[in-house]
Amino acid sequence: MALKIVKGSIDRMFDKNLQDLVRGIRNHKEDEAKYISTCIDEIKQELKQDNIAVKANAVCKLTYLQMLGYDVSWAAFNIVEVMSSSKFTYKVSCSQLQLQSVDAVLITTIINSVSLPLVTQDLSSPNQYDTGVALTGLSCFVTPDLARDLASDIMTLMSHTKPYIRKKAVLIMYKVFLKYPESLRPAFPRLKEKLEDPDPGVQSAAVNVICELARRNPKNYLSLAPLFFKLMTSSTNNWVLIKIIKLFGALTPLEPRLGKKLIEPLTNLIHRALDLLYGMVSKKNLMEIVKKLMLHVDKAEGTTYRDELLTKIIDICSQSNYQYITNFEWYISILVELTRLEGTRHGHLIASQMLDVAIRVKAIRVFAVAQMATLLDNGHLLTGNMQRNGICEVLYAAAWICGEFSEHLEDPMQTLEAMLRPKVATLPGHIQAVYVQNAAKLFATVLRKQEGTTDSLAAQETSQLLIDRLPLFVQSANLEVQERASCILQLVKYIQKLQQKEVEVAEEVTALFAGELNPVAPKAQKKVPVPDGLDLDAWINEPPSESESEDEKPKAIFTKEEPKHTRPRHTEVDEKELARRREARKQEQANNPFYIKTSPSSQKVYQDQPGVEHIPVVQIDLSVPLKVPGMPMSDQYLKLEEERRQKERSERKKKEKKKKREKHGRGRRADSGPESEEDITPAHHVDIVTEEMPENALPSDDDDKDPNDPHKALDIDLDKYVYDVQGNLQDGSQVVVSVIFENKTDHFLKSMEFNVLDSLNSKLQRPEGSSPHDGLAVPFQLPPGVSNEARFVFSVQSIVMPQKLKGTLTFIVKTEDASTHEKLDFKLHFTCTSYLITTPCYSDAYAKLLESGELKSSSLKLEGVIMPFHHLLARICFHHHFSVVERIDSCASMYSRSIQGHHVCLLVKTSNQTVSIDAKCDEPSLLGNVLDEIKHTFSQC
Amino acid sequence: MQFMLLFSRQGKLRLQKWYVPLSDKEKKKITRELVQTVLARKPKMCSFLEWRDLKIVYKRYASLYFCCAIEDQDNELITLEIIHRYVELLDKYFGSVCELDIIFNFEKAYFILDEFLLGGEAQETSKKNVLKAIEQADLLQEVCCSLPSS
Repeated sequence: MALKIVKGSIDRMFDKNLQDLVRGIRNHKEDEAKYISTCIDEIKQELKQDNIAVKANAVCKLTYLQMLGYDVSWAAFNIVEVMSSSKFTYKVSCSQLQLQSVDAVLITTIINSVSLPLVTQDLSSPNQYDTGVALTGLSCFVTPDLARDLASDIMTLMSHTKPYIRKKAVLIMYKVFLKYPESLRPAFPRLKEKLEDPDPGVQSAAVNVICELARRNPKNYLSLAPLFFKLMTSSTNNWVLIKIIKLFGALTPLEPRLGKKLIEPLTNLIHRALDLLYGMVSKKNLMEIVKKLMLHVDKAEGTTYRDELLTKIIDICSQSNYQYITNFEWYISILVELTRLEGTRHGHLIASQMLDVAIRVKAIRVFAVAQMATLLDNGHLLTGNMQRNGICEVLYAAAWICGEFSEHLEDPMQTLEAMLRPKVATLPGHIQAVYVQNAAKLFATVLRKQEGTTDSLAAQETSQLLIDRLPLFVQSANLEVQERASCILQLVKYIQKLQQKEVEVAEEVTALFAGELNPVAPKAQKKVPVPDGLDLDAWINEPPSESESEDEKPKAIFTKEEPKHTRPRHTEVDEKELARRREARKQEQANNPFYIKTSPSSQKVYQDQPGVEHIPVVQIDLSVPLKVPGMPMSDQYLKLEEERRQKERSERKKKEKKKKREKHGRGRRADSGPESEEDITPAHHVDIVTEEMPENALPSDDDDKDPNDPHKALDIDLDKYVYDVQGNLQDGSQVVVSVIFENKTDHFLKSMEFNVLDSLNSKLQRPEGSSPHDGLAVPFQLPPGVSNEARFVFSVQSIVMPQKLKGTLTFIVKTEDASTHEKLDFKLHFTCTSYLITTPCYSDAYAKLLESGELKSSSLKLEGVIMPFHHLLARICFHHHFSVVERIDSCASMYSRSIQGHHVCLLVKTSNQTVSIDAKCDEPSLLGNVLDEIKHTFSQC
Repeated sequence: MQFMLLFSRQGKLRLQKWYVPLSDKEKKKITRELVQTVLARKPKMCSFLEWRDLKIVYKRYASLYFCCAIEDQDNELITLEIIHRYVELLDKYFGSVCELDIIFNFEKAYFILDEFLLGGEAQETSKKNVLKAIEQADLLQEVCCSLPSS
């Protein structure tokens, strides 16, 4: 017997474990089936052993084979046997196997007949993980029989002291309920109790179970609504919140009062969702998203929520300088549609958007003006009950746009008439003021049109209209309105007089409003370049003289500096030069994207864009009232936009096909795939855009990014490293090498191992017990683009000679499909300089050192060094770890010390691009090498 | 949730977890069918699909597909979130997990899943708690192994 046990444990040593099995299967790709059948034979042998450990190992392997699709049901009995062992490990593997593998019916019979006691024993085991494993196993094969037999046991576990068990028990109960519904009634009070369990895990499990139950039969759970409401407002766990909201979704149809209570917490959630939207938009989906939001606006009940949606729509559209808007006509229509909202507080916001877009997107003005004219015409709709209506603010924008860009108006006379209606006097003062002022602008436009024709009477009638209507505004209580109105009234009266004398006045009236108003960028002032020859720091007058004593100090410092301040030059420029400059400026403006072109041709330019003729021209019936019946206008745009993109796409395809025919199918491109962001060409070539910039504006600091990103250029290097070798002051035989690993690939690098081939003189310090050929694990992993530093310690015997050590870095590259093992060879160069340590030295100690006469000397001459002396010194200090002891004019003494205590002294002199270095050291070969390295440093520059 | 499958791009099954009792034959059939369907889908296609009377939610992480089957009234987005949480757990446990980790330590992968989901329902939403449970179980297992079997 004893022999058998010994034999068993020896056998065990040679058994395959799970790892070996997995590895073996991977190594036998060709004849996997054959390999596995031998494995199964082995496992069968193992299962026959008495040793439970061997059996468990066998079962472990079976779990893997089972997953690969092999039938292991023949081992069911052994599995249950191992399961019943008292060892945790064995159970874990078994529970996995059970649930995965064995035929549910079979296992149930086995459990019921043989090992039900075992499972129940597990359920009440003192070890929480034992019980946990049993529960996990159970969860996958609950049958009605098992559910019935175990329900009361599991119910007891729901009040276990350990939350770990409680949590699992609560979840299992759900499965039990499904299989054995009778258990629900007795278990429910306890389940309800768990909703308020102190442990969040148990709580969320209970919420989970009740939500699932309630979905099937909501009305039984109505009584829990207050409890869930409390949970919803107090819980911060999103997983739980989602479940609760789903539950309420099932409950609200049954209890209408619930809906009201839910509005507030739900709108909070919706806000969060809206914030997400902000980041989600792209050129492609903006229209679609806004369309959805508009639907919600229409459906929304509370004004606060509607206002919230409105601001979100505007935020989303206007973000980063209207970056995502491809069609501004669409945006204007959205804004106009938004004005239909009653009782919104955000009229001002809409107005400012209208103004902004109309001013900055030149191509849109024709369209915008037409829309605004309609708005003005229907002004009464907006002013309906103005007291609590902020929307009338949009009339401010409408009036200004119609006035300022009146040349685009189709029927300026009608708009003028609309602006002077008596009803206008009920608008707020600041809007009336804009009305009056812009009526004057319109008047100028109308006059010009009418004087062009022969009908001079019409022009006089227009003047009469103003004279009739303006007095209403002169009486206004608002000072601004009154002042403007009376001023304009007098003007018109004067014009009328002239008209009666048949004088043409249109030109002069127009001149009153000539010139374009452009917005100025907030940064504009900063970008004005300083003209040539202007020195802002120079004194305009001689500085007031101060007392002599104070004057002297700065003199001492600046003696060598040349006086570089000159007075600004006043250059005389002749006419020709001026003309030339003007021309140059125009040219520059034309090329400056920040400049809103003043030439009227810009619009033509836009129309001449290739492919623009394919854009369907929108015919908008201006007589359409604001409330468009049927489909709202922005929807039409959405459709149009889709058509446009479709067309573009088909055109592009045509082109591509052509190309393909030409270049016989080189690289097939999936043109059926959805188009990418870049592919969408905006319908409006936005000559937007930004605010006015000064002439000759300097390019902004951030827009010039080097397209040849160094990282891209270095894409070939798998892994780049930079290192620095440094001596260790404490230990004369140690050198620390800091290596910076930078991952320049697009892949994740892990399991890096750093290894160096030791030389007699230098050795990589490895942890005790490892062989001199072992590599050192780099203690980090590198995601793409990341760099990190690792330090390695080397022990060095002699430091008088430089050394090169060869090494390799091995690492695993993780790509999309697989992981590959890669290696990278490198060389570490230990220079003599790296053994030097910057050590300060006082001049008297330095003198003593030189006097001692123990030092050997050597010298070096460098020709053609053209750098200031202090740069030269700094370079030696930095690259070769010296410190300056003393400096007199173009002569300096320097000092450094090696980690093994060698003194190195330098005397550096310079004259006429020649640098001579006299050096002394107690170790001649070290000195020679250091000097060579210094020479090398300077030969590189 | 009815079941969860993990399989590679080559169609090799790496992990399977069934929350409903089915016969082996049935499981095999479902697996084969689903692997084929999911692998045939283009990367830009939706992560959700209707299959038989269930909904399939899948997501690809590197070379592995995580695929769950849920019932009609279940929410797809939260399932996607569950998948992601599971991947995060694997990642935390293995330290930037890769397919090999799951192949060689598949019993651990199961164990993590068991701590996270129970009977197809999320059991523990706290990553920290799941990992703590696994750590302790690991410890327990080590203690078991280091004791000579008596």
